[in-house]
Amino acid sequence: MSDTNRRAFLKGSVILPPLAALGVSSASSQQTPAVDELAASAPAAATPAADDYKPTYFTAPEWAFVQAACARLIPNDANGPGALELGVPQFIDRQMGTPYGDAANWFMQGPFFEGAPEFGYQSQLTPKQQYRLGIKAIDAWCAKNLGRTFAALKPEQQDDVLKKVEAGTIKSDEAPLKTFFSGFLLKNVMEGFFGDPMYGGNKNMAAWKLIGHPGARADFMEWVDRPALYPYGPVDLHGRQA
Amino acid sequence: MAVTNKSVDVVIVGFGWTGAIMAIELAKTGLNVLALERGEDQDTVPSFAYPKVVDEIAQSARNGLLQNLSKTTVTIRHDKDGRALPYRQIGSFKPGTGVGGAGIHWSGVHSRVMPEELRLKTHTLERYGRGFIPEDMQLQDWGVSYEELEPHFDRFEYVCGTSGKAGNIDGVMMPGGNPFEAPRAREYPLPPLKDPPTSVLFAKATKELGYNPFPLPASNASRPYRNPYGCDLGPCNFCGFCSDYGCINYSKASPQTTILPALRAMPNFAYRTHAHVTRVNTSADGKTATGVTYIDAQGREVFQPAGMVVLAAFHLHNVRLMLSSKIGKPYDPNTGEGVIGRNFCYQLINSVNTFFDKQTYINPFMGSGGVGQAIEDFNADNFDHGPLGFIGGGIIWGRQTGIGPVRGIPLPKGAPTWGSGWKQAVKDNYAHTGRIEAQMSNMAYRGAYLDLDPTYRDAYGEPLLRMTLDWQDNDLRMSEFFGDKLNAIAKAMGATSASGRVLKRGDHWDTRAYQSTHINGGTSMGTDPKTSAVNKYLQSWDTSNLFVLGANVFAHGIGYNPTGLVGALAYWAADNIRSKYLKSPGPMAAV
Repeated sequence: MSDTNRRAFLKGSVILPPLAALGVSSASSQQTPAVDELAASAPAAATPAADDYKPTYFTAPEWAFVQAACARLIPNDANGPGALELGVPQFIDRQMGTPYGDAANWFMQGPFFEGAPEFGYQSQLTPKQQYRLGIKAIDAWCAKNLGRTFAALKPEQQDDVLKKVEAGTIKSDEAPLKTFFSGFLLKNVMEGFFGDPMYGGNKNMAAWKLIGHPGARADFMEWVDRPALYPYGPVDLHGRQA
Repeated sequence: MAVTNKSVDVVIVGFGWTGAIMAIELAKTGLNVLALERGEDQDTVPSFAYPKVVDEIAQSARNGLLQNLSKTTVTIRHDKDGRALPYRQIGSFKPGTGVGGAGIHWSGVHSRVMPEELRLKTHTLERYGRGFIPEDMQLQDWGVSYEELEPHFDRFEYVCGTSGKAGNIDGVMMPGGNPFEAPRAREYPLPPLKDPPTSVLFAKATKELGYNPFPLPASNASRPYRNPYGCDLGPCNFCGFCSDYGCINYSKASPQTTILPALRAMPNFAYRTHAHVTRVNTSADGKTATGVTYIDAQGREVFQPAGMVVLAAFHLHNVRLMLSSKIGKPYDPNTGEGVIGRNFCYQLINSVNTFFDKQTYINPFMGSGGVGQAIEDFNADNFDHGPLGFIGGGIIWGRQTGIGPVRGIPLPKGAPTWGSGWKQAVKDNYAHTGRIEAQMSNMAYRGAYLDLDPTYRDAYGEPLLRMTLDWQDNDLRMSEFFGDKLNAIAKAMGATSASGRVLKRGDHWDTRAYQSTHINGGTSMGTDPKTSAVNKYLQSWDTSNLFVLGANVFAHGIGYNPTGLVGALAYWAADNIRSKYLKSPGPMAAV
């Protein structure tokens, strides 16, 4: 938490935790928790989408692919900005630098065998490796069959390629493309689009506004039995309102 | 062995629900009690405090509160001739970790058991006859009766501050409650939670269809509450971050909110985190447990001597410890002999998303894990199975648990998965989508079991537990029956369309998408050491100072959520240890 955020949090100028969350109602915490516990209850520092973001993990060609794919998977259209505008490529690049990028919490011991789909992920590829090999294979297919890399294709061509990857009709010996698409690319795009803006996507909570999700408000005591339009806009984990 | 600790009276493996219950009930007798927990220490503040914990990326997408599978996992196959593959990512079930265990990220649905399920073999023979039981179905009675357990169900509900409405108090039917309810001694400690939109529509529709809706019992407090241990709960505010999340409001019952504040104050109790138990040590003849061996945070192997050992870890780890400690005879699916690993069961879930018109607001972001209306017209043996030809049943509910968009936005059939069409569909549907489900029992079969994997080992060098299980014809025909009921209810609710997953004949257990963490069986309780691992007091038949808690003692699957029964069985075991075992240590049940 930055000093500014910490001050804002302690001054109550960000959304206040419910009283109970401060520990006043439990025998375990009859005393007011120390300030460091309050700080420990705060989310990590926010690094929202930046206009001048430079990728850390992706190479220049990979970055071009990720941006182009984001622009097609959730396009900028009549319903508002899409994944590219909301910073989703930044989200994905930054996720590659977290334990997730290296599959730190997955069981990654061999031997590795192909199995029926019902048995789930059986590849030894980490998310980082999925992107590296998946992008290379799709770009190679595009170059061979369409004469350009994915990012240089027309939007309709890009949609067509993505549909074929999703359906498994574009295959590669170098990468499990269907799995890359559904298990990584599309999944991470959705996460970045709808996740808290602190992770780099969902800029200005636009994805939450699109669907009417109130973000981190997390208090509906007075509303849960009202089957009506919820009237308040979203709040993020750092208390910003949109 | 590098390190040997000072001996304790009781060592408890795992510090979630059952570990906390056993610890406080035995510590009250003055015994010196030590709990060993493999994961982190954690408490409401700071671990589950607002705003940090209400983060869908950290908790739902990256499984922040779940077992780290890189340390240990299981392998899975559908039948005994197949090759088992590791459960590499969290999918169909979600084991917890750390102090509080799965009692942190559970939803709060808090049911008991139907009396006839505890004597299902006898009951089925009485009502339907031997020919009704499929040849490979291993039905058996549990050895304990509902009447024996009732005070312990009551105890656990009053510890948890369960919100509900009684349907049957000592045989007197109570309006507004569940008419199929087994007799209870008194009302729930708290009144039902407020009904969110999904539950209102579900109750109205099921009533119109002639069923009997009632408020699902929920250990999400509807009012402020002080439990018998003096621990205080605050009212649930329907924050929408319940399953997958720790509770920000001291509302969802957990070891942290209902037991640990009192337990931590007891001088004869201690707990140690980052202690991964790999073995129950026994005497040369195997009849006495001498303590446990664990790997500590520094990677050292430590022996913890104890006068009594309690296995209170999650299902998977309890069964694996029995196998790796060579206590009890491992089950052999070819001969049907042996008991450790026998009668491994799961649960079937049919989940139907209901889509409503633009005037009908569901607001799925509001909700609580346990809140909802339910019907039990088709649970257990509340209906005549004779013409239907299957054994088993389930509970159907319209819960509103709280669903955020990272957890996935359900869409009507045929909606695009990405692009402008998808964007339009999520915009149009999100606020107007509910979900109804049927949660059904999975019976015990000869070919469904647990053993140690011959190939894969975990980070501690121990063989992984291997699951062999698939859906059987009996269960899938039951599921199809429930699918029809769900579709009729969705229609009666006024849904304009429905999508989702109904298990049908030909379907196999799919380990990818989440369905239920309610795995059970493997160290079944019972009256016969040839078919059960523990007696009716959850005492090992083979090693009398070893007690085994958890859903692994279920003799077969049930339709209900298991936590209420798991907690009641822990209180039942603790009560009998105090009143019988401590006075006269040794086998408590005659063979």
